[in-house]
Amino acid sequence: MALRAGVLHRRPRLRLGLLLGPPMLWLGVLYLGSLAALFITSLWSVDAFGGNIERIWTLDNYRDLFTIDVYRTITVRTLLIAAAVTIIDAVLAFPVALYMAKVASPRLQRILVIAVLTPLWASYLVKAYAWRGMFASGGPLDAVGLSPGYGLAATVLTLSYLWLPYMILPMYAGLERLPNSLIEASADLGAGTGTTMRRVVLPVLFPAAVAGSIFTFSLTLGDYIAVKIVGGANQMLGNVVYDSFLTGNNLPFAAAVATIPVAAMLVYLTAVRRTGALDSL
Amino acid sequence: MRRSTITRAATGAVLALVLTGCGTSSGDDDGGGGGATGSEEQGGFTAPDIEMAESLGDNEGTLSVLAWPGYAEDGSTDKSVDWVTPFEEGTGCQVEVKYFGTSDEAVSLMKSGQYDVVSASGDASLRLIAGGDVAPVNTDLIDNYADVWSFLKDRDWNSVDGQMYGVPHGYGANLLMYNTDEVDPAPTSWSSVFDDAGTYSGKVTSYDSPIYIADAALYLMNTQPDLGIKDPYSLDADQLAAAVDLLKQQREHVGEYWSDYLKETQAFKTGDSVIGTTWQVIANLAQSEGATVEAFLPDEGSTGWSDTWMVSSKTEAPNCAYAWLNHIVSPEANAAVAEWFGEAPANEKACDLTSDGFCESYHAGDEAYAEKIHYWTTPIEQCLDGRTDVTCTTYQDWTQAWTEIKG
Repeated sequence: MALRAGVLHRRPRLRLGLLLGPPMLWLGVLYLGSLAALFITSLWSVDAFGGNIERIWTLDNYRDLFTIDVYRTITVRTLLIAAAVTIIDAVLAFPVALYMAKVASPRLQRILVIAVLTPLWASYLVKAYAWRGMFASGGPLDAVGLSPGYGLAATVLTLSYLWLPYMILPMYAGLERLPNSLIEASADLGAGTGTTMRRVVLPVLFPAAVAGSIFTFSLTLGDYIAVKIVGGANQMLGNVVYDSFLTGNNLPFAAAVATIPVAAMLVYLTAVRRTGALDSL
Repeated sequence: MRRSTITRAATGAVLALVLTGCGTSSGDDDGGGGGATGSEEQGGFTAPDIEMAESLGDNEGTLSVLAWPGYAEDGSTDKSVDWVTPFEEGTGCQVEVKYFGTSDEAVSLMKSGQYDVVSASGDASLRLIAGGDVAPVNTDLIDNYADVWSFLKDRDWNSVDGQMYGVPHGYGANLLMYNTDEVDPAPTSWSSVFDDAGTYSGKVTSYDSPIYIADAALYLMNTQPDLGIKDPYSLDADQLAAAVDLLKQQREHVGEYWSDYLKETQAFKTGDSVIGTTWQVIANLAQSEGATVEAFLPDEGSTGWSDTWMVSSKTEAPNCAYAWLNHIVSPEANAAVAEWFGEAPANEKACDLTSDGFCESYHAGDEAYAEKIHYWTTPIEQCLDGRTDVTCTTYQDWTQAWTEIKG
């Protein structure tokens, strides 16, 4: 035992390898590996009857993606929905997070954190169908004349509700790290509420909001269930992937479509990295 | 330093995978594609050469069933609904059931070869036959086959060149359902969801599947004979484009598309949908929940489904599989399934065992009614209507068109 511990002690590289090996294997093989498999599949095609994949390299799937208008429309629609959901969540989450972090008593703070987390324990489907009931003709929202009906607006609202905790929590964590003394100092130096918000709170809030937006944005990009339940006749990128794979039995084309959200997220993350927000996470 | 090691390790892993991928790509090219070699032809469509059972032996003891939900009930959903247990007791074959949600799912599951029998709709059966996933069925070995209505036998979707690939199980039509309070005057034709869809704009509903394109094609077949559509499942590129245009116009007025029947029932109950395509079972369900709806088969006919039980080409339990096929079309089991699922049974003797008025409400055995139904069939390159001067659009084309229609 002592000998073995000694070996590990004398060989830091071996130690490091054993420590990092399994998680690296997980990240490399299962995570990046499946992404690589996705890209490879997207370069194949299926035979006319569907189902049997023909392993011949071809760029046809990507050509279809770029030349057929409907995919551009759906991509733009999906990105706009994701942006709208992110903005709505950020606007809603900020006051909640600020109150939780800076105003509420420690006891209330704990209760609020639990309250924010609780909806995450309920099934996604139950929540989405609950919203379907809310938007229905003669439903609660309709009764007060506020229901937009099934459609894009309903989809954005439902997704905003579903992903709101993912925005509140990082914002709350970020604001909690902001010392009260800084806010007080700002006030002592004569800054009004607006200036304090802008020059003290916002710089701390920004990276937290970016972290939250990565969740809300990417979760929306991949979603296909909510839009089926409350989205009326609309479809998002996820539906195209789902339909190509399950209905059309065309896995290669589904894989090609699935690279769009991956590419969108890469662009988004690069942009975020430029702002430096990732460094302060 | 550490970061670069990590990056290098990850890159290495990805590279390894890419290389494996390339390996399979060059090695496997001519391995698959059972549809390429064949012996029987039907309008240019070639069925792979697969052996048919000539005689039956002892039952193997287990049977794996792939079925539409509601087609293989063992009493676990409702104690009084059980036709699996009598089968197990009678044959000694222990049944394992796996349900699927769409025809497309059934096709991909059958490719795994893990299931002995499958209940396939017409839009799956041809794909299964062409893919070599199911074997021809020797109907002489199935006693109850004689009682199946003759107009269900030897059809495009369950046979190739007079060779049956399964036993018919039951059928039904896609109906036009409307809300009797909201829709006035009562509709008489499919035009109320196509050319006149604007009347109830935003409250029209349609079935969410590429196969729904056939509904539009059927409508065009009746209203625009110039297009020359003979069969709604064999459309050349121009005919498909016409159907797509019609559906794009309809799309403007569609409130939502439905694929599961709980969603449609709810939409009709709340009034979010007031007119659209449906199945008899959904209409019954909506009525029982208090919705003021009526469903009927318009005079010009409709699309519909006719299901077939098929045997896997890779089955290791052919005797249990044949026993299941015989059991499922027996009058008792067929009547029970038909009543539970809500469709017309295939065995005419089943109607003696169903509840009063059941077979009448589903028009079971009414050949004139059945002829008005254009049963779901997989569209393939070789035109099913016999044309040889053009190639027809495939289900893949339909799938892509469906995405475009929804926009």
